[in-house]
Amino acid sequence: MSKEHTLDDNRRQLLIATSVVGGAGVVAAAVPFVASLTPSERAKAAGAPAEADISKLGPGEMMTVEWRGQPVWILRRTEAMLATLEEIEPRLADPNSEKSIQPPYAKNRHRSIKPEYLVVVGICTHLGCSPTAKFAKGEASGISKDWLGGYLCPCHGSQFDLAARVFKGMPAPTNLTVPPHKYLTDTKILIGEDKA
Amino acid sequence: MKNLIVHAKRLLAAALIAPALVFASAEGPQLDKAPLSKDPESLKRGATIFVTTCMACHSASFMRYNKLTEIGFTEDEIKEKLLPPDKKVGDLMTIAMRPQDAKKWFGGVAPPDLTLETRQRNSELGSGADWVYTYLRSFYRDPTRPTGWNNVIFPGAGMPHVFWELQGEQTAKITKNPDGTQSIELVLSKPGTMSPQEYDKMVADLVSFMQWMGEPIAEKRKSIGIWVMIYLAVFFALAYALKKAYWKDVH
Amino acid sequence: MTTKQGLLNWIDERFPLTSTIREHLTEYYAPKNFNFWYYFGSLALLVLVIQIVTGIFLVMHYKPDASLTQSGVPVAFASVEYIMREVPGGWFIRYMHSTGASAFFIVVYLHMFRGLLYGSYRTPRELVWIFGVLIFLALMAEAFMGYLLPWGQMSYWGAQVIINLFSAIPVIGPDLSTVIRGDFVVSDATLNRFFSLHVIAVPLVLLLLVAAHIIALHEVGSNNPDGIEIKKKKDANGRPLDGIPFHPYYTVKDIVGVAGFLIVFFAVLFFAPEGGGYFLEYNNFIPANPMVTPPHIAPVWYFTPFYSILRAVTYPLFGIDAKFWGVVAMGAAVIIIAFLPWLDRAPVKSIRYKGPIYKTALTIFVIAFLILGYLGVLPPTPARTLVSQICAVIYFAFFLLMPWYSKIDPCKPEPERVTWK
Ligand code: HEM
Ligand code: FES
Repeated sequence: MSKEHTLDDNRRQLLIATSVVGGAGVVAAAVPFVASLTPSERAKAAGAPAEADISKLGPGEMMTVEWRGQPVWILRRTEAMLATLEEIEPRLADPNSEKSIQPPYAKNRHRSIKPEYLVVVGICTHLGCSPTAKFAKGEASGISKDWLGGYLCPCHGSQFDLAARVFKGMPAPTNLTVPPHKYLTDTKILIGEDKA
Repeated sequence: MKNLIVHAKRLLAAALIAPALVFASAEGPQLDKAPLSKDPESLKRGATIFVTTCMACHSASFMRYNKLTEIGFTEDEIKEKLLPPDKKVGDLMTIAMRPQDAKKWFGGVAPPDLTLETRQRNSELGSGADWVYTYLRSFYRDPTRPTGWNNVIFPGAGMPHVFWELQGEQTAKITKNPDGTQSIELVLSKPGTMSPQEYDKMVADLVSFMQWMGEPIAEKRKSIGIWVMIYLAVFFALAYALKKAYWKDVH
Repeated sequence: MTTKQGLLNWIDERFPLTSTIREHLTEYYAPKNFNFWYYFGSLALLVLVIQIVTGIFLVMHYKPDASLTQSGVPVAFASVEYIMREVPGGWFIRYMHSTGASAFFIVVYLHMFRGLLYGSYRTPRELVWIFGVLIFLALMAEAFMGYLLPWGQMSYWGAQVIINLFSAIPVIGPDLSTVIRGDFVVSDATLNRFFSLHVIAVPLVLLLLVAAHIIALHEVGSNNPDGIEIKKKKDANGRPLDGIPFHPYYTVKDIVGVAGFLIVFFAVLFFAPEGGGYFLEYNNFIPANPMVTPPHIAPVWYFTPFYSILRAVTYPLFGIDAKFWGVVAMGAAVIIIAFLPWLDRAPVKSIRYKGPIYKTALTIFVIAFLILGYLGVLPPTPARTLVSQICAVIYFAFFLLMPWYSKIDPCKPEPERVTWK
């Protein structure tokens, strides 16, 4: 190099100081840019709790409510349906919902507040597809002779029982998620909030 | 009692000298300076008036109800006092009236969205807030208008005087001045339920809220700005010292 | 050999990394006497980066859609307010982009003015200059199309007026402006194509031109405030005696320029983002309304000198109406800048050694340009039109008479070596 420039102490110290301060500035300037990638006020507003009116839901029927842009199923189970839940347990991966996500009040065999009504996020815990309801029993279900009713994910074939618990040996690792929810009245459920 | 005096000056083309003619900016009616407040009580009062009165016709469709927590409301207060029954706190402050219908009802012009009113009314005459403050205090009786009201700074306004019961009725005395300008003097001919001071304060609160709503981030923006300036001053000093340290061997 | 060295060698055998760094930074010899005016090139680069980065983030939320929301507001307009209010940090990004647009022109105008001061356009830098003028043209197109996107009243009517200018071109004009709009009026079709051009096409052209600009500059070497070629005086190793390596000397110096610039830039952004109504026009807070033109419609400040020239032409000529000649004059006002290298016949480059004639001419030119810019913001009156006509004549005279006055101007002798002033 022609004009020799050496990195003397003064230069080195200033170089470090300027780099550190400048680098901190760049990081600070990046904050709003990264923040802009997170959900906006609109997205948060869309994530507000959703109300569901279950007064017209007949026994054995299921309805879908949108909450945070996702399907939430409400299934009104018949006595017969509820009866399958114990019988099927040996075939389930997580029958007691130890590894699955649900509020404490839904950590039971029927995975719900009232045994009759199942409230669950209809998104497969494998890679996020929405499983299909298969309530018919046996051959009629098109699945197997010993099928007792439940859900089948179209993407990679995960199977779930009528409490949305996953079978053994399925791609999905855990049961479907139960969202926080509460009964506003006997026929009104609020999904997304469970505090009084 | 203080009367509102508004001078409407006209450009006297012939009387002005050439440079003034080239560079003078347009003159219009004078605006009163809006006594803006950042006090939460004023803003909350303004918001309440806005939602209960103005939103009968105007939307604020870029605002969400829950954003009002930033001026001191709690979500419960919003639900109790401000929220229409069919809305959730996260909803936009839109109104049920559809713009197409509104156009028919208001003689061709739908009441505009007011979220940005104070930002769009800025002009060389004064700030947008000044304009709204003056506007809401400048209605006067005019039987020739379909609404029965006219406005000094917005002649032919399609909007009636929504606060007439509070302010009372003003009438206009128009006088031609010898220099060619004309003055409109507003006289309070029938007092309202509020004294002029009370009325001005109420309008000031409303305008303060609208000013906030025009850019809710404004205060935070300025306070962040101060830190950014301090930071840059430090960075500049360091960069300058670094440059000096390197350039000492350039002769 | 350390691992670092090894990696470097591995890369260098496959990609000219070290040699590129040498050529453009550590062994690019720049004159040691750069002054204040030499900051604006690197600042233009900085603003270019700011615009591209903020632009990328804005596109994630912006919607080019002229249809109306339920509240009767155009979707595009609403999406900008959405960015300002609902996207975390969105206001900062948007203000950076809007302030950046004006900053870009301020920086580029000063950068060009530097060229006029020191004769930077003259041999051997003609191509550097011509690439510069092309950058300026691309920048104007970029800004014009970007301005339509917020779909406010000024966006809409500004585009309406400017696009209609093209209809003044004889024969093809009316069809041309329809093709530009993609519709008979400025509409959703126009908004969508301007969006496409603003975010992809023009930025690509700009980046290519900027690369060409800098490559050309590094080929011939930088000029300097004395306007003399440092390459004429070299040491035994063939390095210019008055040159210093760009890195580290000018990198550390440009960082000071960046810090100074950012102080001004962020002061505007945080304390006056509307720039007094010049950076963000007040009428643009009103959604576009094709039924009502706002009372004062003027282009954004950076176009106003050229817009004034357009309006100054009020006479029809050769049976074609004045509107057409206005467009021609406006176009010529930009294009003529590219011819400077061949218009200047002075024996010296820098204003330091030029005579009183050029100094006077440049002063009058700058004043005329500023007046044109100021008048362009105001609505026209007969008196203003007259003044802008005089200034437009001065503008063109500065260029067209240059071959004559630059030759007879009594210049001082240039020094042998660069000086500090
Ligand atoms: C995006 C816009 C532009 C960028 C990023 C840019 C960038 C640069 C840079 C980094 C330099 C070297 C540093 C300096 O001399 O300041 C430079 C030099 C130069 N630029 Fe630009 N420039 C731009 C626009 C223009 C325009 C519009 C013109 C003229 C019409 C122009 C004319 C020149 C000239 C003549 C030089 C050489 C100056 C000298 O050596 O004295 N540039 N440019
Ligand atoms: S996503 Fe349901 S099984 Fe893969």
